[in-house]
Amino acid sequence: MIHIFAFYLFACIMIASGALTIFARNPVHSVLWLILAFFNAAGLMILVGAEFIAMLLVIVYVGAVAVLFLFVVMMLNIDYAELRAGFVSYLPFGILVAIILAAEILLGVGIWSAGPIELAQRAAPAPVDMPNVQAIGALLYTRYIFLFEAAGIVLLVAMIGAIVLTHRARGGVRGQNIARQNQRRPQDAIVNVAQPVGKGVEL
Amino acid sequence: MIGLQHYLVVSTILFVMGVLGIFINRKNIIVILMAIELILLSVNINLVAFSAFLGDLVGQVFSMFVLTVAAGEAAIGLAILVIYFRSRGTIAVDDANRMKG
Repeated sequence: MIHIFAFYLFACIMIASGALTIFARNPVHSVLWLILAFFNAAGLMILVGAEFIAMLLVIVYVGAVAVLFLFVVMMLNIDYAELRAGFVSYLPFGILVAIILAAEILLGVGIWSAGPIELAQRAAPAPVDMPNVQAIGALLYTRYIFLFEAAGIVLLVAMIGAIVLTHRARGGVRGQNIARQNQRRPQDAIVNVAQPVGKGVEL
Repeated sequence: MIGLQHYLVVSTILFVMGVLGIFINRKNIIVILMAIELILLSVNINLVAFSAFLGDLVGQVFSMFVLTVAAGEAAIGLAILVIYFRSRGTIAVDDANRMKG
C-alpha cells in the first residue's frame, strides 16, 4: 500500500516538475524544477531497488549538472523575455507533435509483444544475497571494466573539450616561465664592480 | 501492485515532455538543453525499470553509462553556449547561421 502511494507521489511530482521545467518563465526556476524532477526520479529508482543509480542520479545530476546549469544561467546576462517571444505561436504545433509522439509510443508498446521471456538467458542475473551497490560493483569492476573505463574517457574528453572551448588567451599578461627561472644563474644576474671613490656608477 | 507498465507510462510521459520542451522553447537553448536532460532521465528510468523487473543488472550498468554521457553532453553544450554568447551577445539560436549551412 505504502509502495503504491510512494510510486504515485514520486511519479506525479516528477511529471509536474518536468512540465514546469519547460513552461517556467525564468530559466533559474526551470533549473530548480529540473532538480526536483531528478530527486523524484531517484525516489522512483529506489522503489524498484536500484539504490546505486538513484544515489548516482542525486550526486551527478543534482550535484554537478544542475549546478552547472545554474551557474551558466546566472552568469550570462540574457534578456529572457525576448527569448520567449515565439512561445505562444510554437505551443499548438508542439502540443500536436507531443500528442502524436505519445500516441505512437503507447500504441507501439501496446501492440508489441516480446514473446516468452527467457529468464535463464539474462546477461547478469541480480544476485539475491548481495545488496544492489555491491552487486553492481562486482559487475562493473570485473566484466564491464572496459565500459567503466570508456565512461572515464568520455568524461575526460568532455572536460578537456569544455576547457579548450571556453579558454581565452589574454594578451598582455606576463606568465611565469619556470624553465627560464631555473636556468638563471647568479653569475648572469649579478656583477661585482670595484667602484672607485668619487665617480658615478655606470649602470 | 505497481508493475513494469506503470514505469513505462511514466517514462513515456517524461520523454514526451522533453520533446515538447524542445519544440516550444525553440529560441532558448538553455531550456532546450534541460529538455534533453529530461529525455535522458526518462531513458534512464526505462532502463532501470526493465533491469529491476527482469532481475538483470546490465540495465543499471548501462544506465550509468547514459548518465556519464549526459553529464559530458551538458558540459560541452554549456561551453558552446558560453562561447556563442561571448561572440554574439545573445543566445537566440533560431537565427544561428554563422556557418551558412
